[in-house]
This record gives sequence, C-alpha cells and structure tokens, in this order.
Amino acid sequence: MSTPTIHIHDLCKTYIVSEREAGVVAALQSLVRRHTEQVVAVDGLTFDVAPGEVVGFLGPNGAGKTTTLKMLSGLLHPTAGQVTVLGYVPWKREKEFLRQITLVMGQRNQLVWDIPAIDSYELNRAIYRIPTPDYRRTLDELTDLLELGPLLRKPVRNLSLGERMKCEIAAALLHRPQVLFLDEPTIGLDVTMQRRIRTFIAEYNGRYGAAVLLTSHYMADVEALCRRVIVIHHGKLLFDGELTDLVQSFSAHKTITVQLGDCGADLQSYGDVVTCEDGYVTLRVPKSETARVTERLLADLPIIDLTVEDPPIEEVIEHVFAQEVV
Amino acid sequence: MRDLLDVYVQQFKTTLAAQAQYRAALVIWIIGHIVDPVIYLVVWDTVARSSGGSVGTFTTGDFGAYFVLLMLVNHATFTWIMWEYEYRIRHGDLSFALLRPLHPIHADIADNVSFKLITFVFMLPIAAGLAIVFRATLPFIPGTWVVFVPALLFAFIVRFLMEWTLAMAAFWTTRVSAINQIYYVAALFLSGQVAPLSLMPFPIQVVATLLPFRWIISFPVELLPGRLTPGEALTGFAAQAVWLAIGLALLKIVWRAGVRQYSAVGS
Repeated sequence: MSTPTIHIHDLCKTYIVSEREAGVVAALQSLVRRHTEQVVAVDGLTFDVAPGEVVGFLGPNGAGKTTTLKMLSGLLHPTAGQVTVLGYVPWKREKEFLRQITLVMGQRNQLVWDIPAIDSYELNRAIYRIPTPDYRRTLDELTDLLELGPLLRKPVRNLSLGERMKCEIAAALLHRPQVLFLDEPTIGLDVTMQRRIRTFIAEYNGRYGAAVLLTSHYMADVEALCRRVIVIHHGKLLFDGELTDLVQSFSAHKTITVQLGDCGADLQSYGDVVTCEDGYVTLRVPKSETARVTERLLADLPIIDLTVEDPPIEEVIEHVFAQEVV
Repeated sequence: MRDLLDVYVQQFKTTLAAQAQYRAALVIWIIGHIVDPVIYLVVWDTVARSSGGSVGTFTTGDFGAYFVLLMLVNHATFTWIMWEYEYRIRHGDLSFALLRPLHPIHADIADNVSFKLITFVFMLPIAAGLAIVFRATLPFIPGTWVVFVPALLFAFIVRFLMEWTLAMAAFWTTRVSAINQIYYVAALFLSGQVAPLSLMPFPIQVVATLLPFRWIISFPVELLPGRLTPGEALTGFAAQAVWLAIGLALLKIVWRAGVRQYSAVGS
C-alpha cells in the first residue's frame, strides 16, 4: 500500500472555553471569577487518506469536522495524537507543506474585497512563487473549468455569492495543491452553482490526482464525489467506509414505490405510507420485511410498476447522526 | 530575495488599488495626522512668544521645524496593526495568512509602506505649507540629512516590530484596544510628541531614553536640525540597533507562542 497522503492517529483537540449564566450580574461576576470548561472537539480520531482519494467527511454541526480540517492544514495545534499530511507535521507550517495544500472555507473570503480577483491572484502567484508560465496555464485552466472569464476583472464586492465562491476556489488552487481540504465549499449556493463546483472538484481530482477531504451538508456533493465517507460525532469516529456500506449499515428501512391501476387502495397494512399521489404510493418497510411485502403487494394488488430502493442518503445520514457513539 | 521583492511589489499594487477605492478614509487619516502636531505646535508657539520668543533652546522657528518634522516622522513610522490584529483574531481572518507560505508580517509591511506612498503625496505639501505659516527654521546641514535617512528607516522598523509584537497580545486577550490605549498614551509623552524631550523633566527624559519610544520618533526629529552631537547621534543609532535586536527576538518568541495559542475562531 502506498504511503497515505493524510495520516492521523488518536488525534485529539480540547478547547478551554469560558462560561457564564445570562444577565448583567453574571457578566460582572465573570470579571472577578471566570468559569472555564474543557470542550473536547476531537476525541481520538484515527484514519488515513490515500493519494488521489476523495473522502467525504461528515458529521452534524459541532461534530469536530472543521477543527479536524484546521489541524490538518496547520492552523491548530492538536492537544494529543499524531498527524501527518504529505509526510509533514502540519502545525510546524513548513513552507514546502503550505505550498502543497489548500483549505477552502465556504463562509470565509481570502480575496481582497475592493479589487478584482485577478489582482489577488497575482499576489498569490508571488507568495506561492508560481513560475509565470505555470501560473498562466493554471489560471487559463481554472478560468475554463469554472467559467471565470467575465468575473476576473470585476471588484470582488460586486460579485454574487456563487461567483465569489468560484473565484475563491480558483484563488485556493492556483498553486495546484496536492491536498484539498474543502469545508462546505457549496454552502449557500444555488443548485446549478453547486453542481458546477462539484463537477469542477471531480475534474481537478482527475486531472491532478489530488487528495480531497470534503465536508458538506449537501449529500448531493458527497454522493457525486465521494466513494468513501468518514462520519464523526462528538469528535469520535462513527463510520469509515464506502458510502454504499454506510447506507447498508445504518439504514433499517427500504423504500418501495408502486404505481397502481386502482388509486383507491389503502396500503397501510403493507408498511408506512410516506407519500400517495398521482397513482404512485411510496411505502417505507423494515429492511428484513422487504421481500415479503413486495411479494404480497404483487399478489394482492393490480400493480403497474414497482421499485425497491434504499432510502435517500439524507435520511440515512440523519439516522447515523442520531446514533450515540459507543 | 527576488521572490520576496516580487511579493512586496504585488502587495504594493494590491494595497494601492484597494486604498484608492476609499479616498474619503485617506483624507480623514491625513487630517488626523496633521491635527495632533499642529495643536502642540500652536501651544508651544504661543508659550514661546509669551516667554520672549523662546523656551529653553527652542525659538518659535525651532518649534515650527520640530513639530512639522515630527508630523512627517510620526506619519512615516505609525502603524494601525493593533486594530487590525484584534479584528483578525476575533473573526478568524488570520487563518488565511497562516495558510500561506510567507510570514504575515511581510504583507503588513508592504501594506503600510504603500499606504504611506500615497499619503505622503499629500503630507509633504501640507508640511511645506505649515513650515511657511509657522516660519519654521530648519538649517540645511548635508551631514544630518545623510544620517537622517537610516535613522528614519530604523525608527520605522523598530516601531513596526514593537507594535506588531504588542498586537499579538490579541492571541491571548482577543481584544487589544486597552493595551493599544496605554501604549498610545506612553508614546505620546515619551516619544516627544507633546513636547521636545529636552524640555521635559529630567526623570521623564531618562525613562524616554531607556524605553524605545524616543528612538522611534523623537530621535530622527532631533537629528535632522543638528540638535545632537556626533556622540549623541551614535548613541541613538546604537539604541535603535539594540531595540531592533530585542524587537526581532520578541517577535519570533511571541509569534511562535501566539500561533500555538490561536484557536482560529469564526470559521
């Protein structure tokens, strides 16, 4: 097996946060005596990511995803555990390491607000010491892939959220990083823009063989890009494996959709009726009952069409997040 | 070195373009930097006139030269890094700087210098106008002009290092406005901004000499009109060199500890 691009073992991060009750009295008391509490954000995570692999990094809000990405990109010092990225210890922030990674934070901007993105790109070229021919070639490719042409010469503040995000992604990739940490890169974008950015990430991964660790609350991003997913909750690892296995492991139900000749039939006795419209009825049935229920439906009713599917990934993820870490 | 120069050139271009967007803010900054020394100049000019034309070794013309020069030196060396740092830490904006393979101080130096390049276009004619109005007497001594340039350069570097290091208190306190205020008041008295240090009580002169404040503002202002003996000038350069070394060492130590402390909030 090749050396992993990302290797973390028993990684922990604890924050010390001050707490107080609401109100003026509590605020004044906190001036004299401050209550602090240790918050364990990441609790013993262990996993590897291979070169060129695209991995979905999932978990509910506050699960420790962003903290982990910040430790991987060298912004935060781990409290305990080992972490290497491309063989470097991230928190040492060696220049060679920083030249090979990028962190895209969907809600943050690195571009200078008042000037066109192309000016910020020139600054990045100088900072990352990108040879001019390489810079031009990469910029042309990114302009093409992300359709940036008309946007590059407008002040960033005049761009829409989606346009700005595309420009941000290009800024983060001009130095052709080998490792991409993408933290909610499609947040707040419309469906078309989400799809475009998804396609772009896949293209970049295919073209440069970069490893990608992606967090997203949009399951469409994960389904489109990641064969493997890592799920964490309360800072602990909940699942690490193929997306299809996640569905198999955590989905207790199947969805059966039937098209009926007679719309009046009541199917409550076959399973939970999720929807019923225009002659189509969707049932949710326990996974172990699927074969028996399907057999009964076909025998009992005038069925035109019948499909059996796993539940939507969002539903599975919701179910996963509801699990308590053992 | 050539790569670093390229970064500075690009940063200059970026800052110039960004600053040009906010002409009103530029004007307000310039006015702020003129008003302070002019107030002190008017006060001391009045005191000198009412005291028979001079106070200590300063005539009204000397006061004119002193405060006009002080205005220019203070403007050349001032930083706004403490306000910036507080914002960066509170909002997590430092993260992007930390992700880059370049120490963030370089961007700040380039940003500061390019701002000065723009504002000095306006500051110099204003200074000339004030010098005429207040009948400033600045003897032209070629030798002092030769040493003034490095003194000003060192003053800028030492002040930048000190204020950048102090601003890093934000890593621990998040808010540094209070520290900034204490520093500002100390600098006001001990760097010769309120009055020439030679007119201050002796204990204050001693404190000002032992601390870095004199060497970051007052020293070049005293040097140019030929108010310092060669020995005093050499002492000044030595003091600047010592504070430069202290500033560099502190910057390195505090930066290392601060980054370890950084919690990258807000993102």
